[in-house]
Amino acid sequence: MSTAAIPSPASDRMSYWRLVTLLAAATLVMAALSLAVGYARLDLVAALGDWFAGRQSLPALVLVELRLPRAILGALVGFSLGLAGAAMQGLLRNPLAEPGIVGISSAAAFGAVTVFYSGFAGAFALALPLGGIAGALLAVLLLFALNGRGAGTMTLILAGVAINSFAGAMTSLALNLAPNPYAALEIVFWLMGSLADRSLIHVWLVLPLMLVGWALLLSSAPALDGLTLGEDTARSLGFDLTWLRVRLIGGAALAVGSAVAVTGAIGFVGLVVPHLLRPLVGHKPGRLLLVSGFGGAILLLAADTMLRLMPIRPELKLGVVTALIGAPFLFSLIQRLRREA
Amino acid sequence: MRIEANGIAIAFDGTPILTGIDLALRPGELVGLVGANGAGKTTLLRILADLLPPAAGTVLYDGKPAKALGRRLLAQRLAFLAQGGGVQWQMRAEAVVALGRLPHRRPFADLTEADRTAIGNAFAATDASAFRERNLDTLSGGERMRVLLARALAVEAEMLLADEPLVGLDPRHQLEAMALFKRIAAAGTGVVVVLHDLSLAGRFCDRLVLLDNGRILADGPPAAVLGDDNLARAFGISVARGERDGAHFVLPWQALNHGEAN
Repeated sequence: MSTAAIPSPASDRMSYWRLVTLLAAATLVMAALSLAVGYARLDLVAALGDWFAGRQSLPALVLVELRLPRAILGALVGFSLGLAGAAMQGLLRNPLAEPGIVGISSAAAFGAVTVFYSGFAGAFALALPLGGIAGALLAVLLLFALNGRGAGTMTLILAGVAINSFAGAMTSLALNLAPNPYAALEIVFWLMGSLADRSLIHVWLVLPLMLVGWALLLSSAPALDGLTLGEDTARSLGFDLTWLRVRLIGGAALAVGSAVAVTGAIGFVGLVVPHLLRPLVGHKPGRLLLVSGFGGAILLLAADTMLRLMPIRPELKLGVVTALIGAPFLFSLIQRLRREA
Repeated sequence: MRIEANGIAIAFDGTPILTGIDLALRPGELVGLVGANGAGKTTLLRILADLLPPAAGTVLYDGKPAKALGRRLLAQRLAFLAQGGGVQWQMRAEAVVALGRLPHRRPFADLTEADRTAIGNAFAATDASAFRERNLDTLSGGERMRVLLARALAVEAEMLLADEPLVGLDPRHQLEAMALFKRIAAAGTGVVVVLHDLSLAGRFCDRLVLLDNGRILADGPPAAVLGDDNLARAFGISVARGERDGAHFVLPWQALNHGEAN
C-alpha cells in the first residue's frame, strides 16, 4: 500500500523534536568550544575546580569574567537573531526579510551611538546597552502607533525602511560631528559588532528582555502557519493579525533590540539561518522558529570562536565575520529564487 | 448557521462598491454569487466572512454580531476560500490542508484523530489524495486549487464561502467541484460560491444572487435570475438556452452592443 511511504504525523513530530534536540545539543557543544578557545591558555578543569571551590585564581577569573559571558551572550544573541529572523520572514511572507527589517536594529544602534556621543558611555557600564534598548523601544512605539491605526504589513515594511534610513542617517551624522577621530573610530568599531569584553552584568541585563521577547515570538507559531495562505485566510482561521503584529514586533524589539544594544549590529545571521533550516521543517513557518533560534546560536558561536582562532590581531569584528560568511549564502539564495521565478 | 446582511454599503476612495445589500444565507443551500468584473462579489463575500467591516449595515451570524460570537468560534463555523490563494512557502499539500484544522486545535497540540479524518475526507472530496505528499509549488494551477479547496473543506464549517473556487480547474473537476458543493449543501452546510460560469451556476445552484454595480439586481431561483433582461443588463450578453435530461441550461453566446445592453 502506498501509505507505507507516507510518514505518519507522529513520526513527523518526532523528527521535528529530534532536530530541535540535535540543534540544542550542538549549541551546547559550540558554547563549550567557545569557553575552551581564547587568547590565554586555560586549563578548563582546573579553572572550574577553582571556581566551584570559591578560589579567586586567575584561571577561574578568566573563565567566569571573560569566557563565560562571551559564550552565553553569543548563544543568547545568536538565538535572538535566528528566531527573530524566522519570525519576520513568516510575518512578511518573504525569505529576504531579516530581524532588522522593521527598523529595530538600526534604531538600537542609533540609541547606543547617542550614548557614545553624549559621553554617558563612560559614566556607567550599562549606559551603552540601555541607550540601545531605548532606541529600539522608540522605534517600536512608532511602529505600534502605525499598527494601531490599522496599518497593514506593507505599511510596516515602509515604516521600517523610513526608520532604518533615518537612524542610519543620524548615526552617520554623529560620526560626521564626532569631536575627535578616536571617538569616531570607537563608534565605528562598536557598530561592527563584537562579543569581546562583555561581562555577566550584560547577560543579566538582556536575559529577561530576551526571554520575554522569545516567548512572544514563539507563541506566534500557529498564527504564522495560518498566514501561509495570506492575510484573509489567516483571519478566517481565527487569527487577529493586528495582535499578531504587536506580538512579533514587540518580541523582535525585545530580543533583537537588546542583542544589538550589547553587541552592536551583527548582520546576516537572522537572514541566512532561517533560509538554511527551512527545508528541514517542511517549510512550516511555525516550526522554523525554535529551530532557527538554535541555528543562530550555533552560527554566532562558531563565527566568534573562528575569529579568535584566526591569526589576525586585533581580532576581526563579529559583524564583519558573519557578513563574510553570510554574503555568499545570500548570493546563492538570490540565485535559487531567480531559478524558481 | 444563518448569515443575515442588512443595508450593507461600502466605498473605496469615494467610489461606491456596494450599496443597500440585503441578503440572507441559510444552511443547506448552495448559493451562486454572480456578476460582471467589478460588480462587488469579492467585497461582499469578504464582508459576509467578517474580513472587511462594512461602512454601513450589519452582518449577523445566527442573529449575533461577529464580536459576540468570538473570533475562534466564528472560524470554526465559517470557512473562507480566498480568490487565487497563493502559498508563500513550499509546503506539502498535506500540511496546507492541515491548516484548515487550526480553528479546532489547541495551540501546539498534535493533530487529533478527528483532525486526521477531516483532512483525509477533504482530500478525498477534492480528488487530491494523489498529491497529498507533493510540494504545492510542484502542482499545476488546477491541482493547487483543489488542495486549497480541500483546506477550506477541512474546517468542516457550517458555512463555506468560496471566492471563484473553479479557477484553473479542468471541465471534469469543475463539474465534480460543483457536485461536491451541492452534496455538502444537501448535507446541511450553507455554501456560497462566486462563479463566472453561468452554465454551471444555473445548473447546480439552488439560488443565484446577481450583483450589478454594487447592487443586488436579482436574487432567487436560477431560472428567474438568468432571464434575458438581467443578463443583458448585468453582463451585456445574450445567451443560448437548451435542455438536457430535463434540466435547463444557459450558454453565454454573444456580447451585446452598449445600446442593446440597456
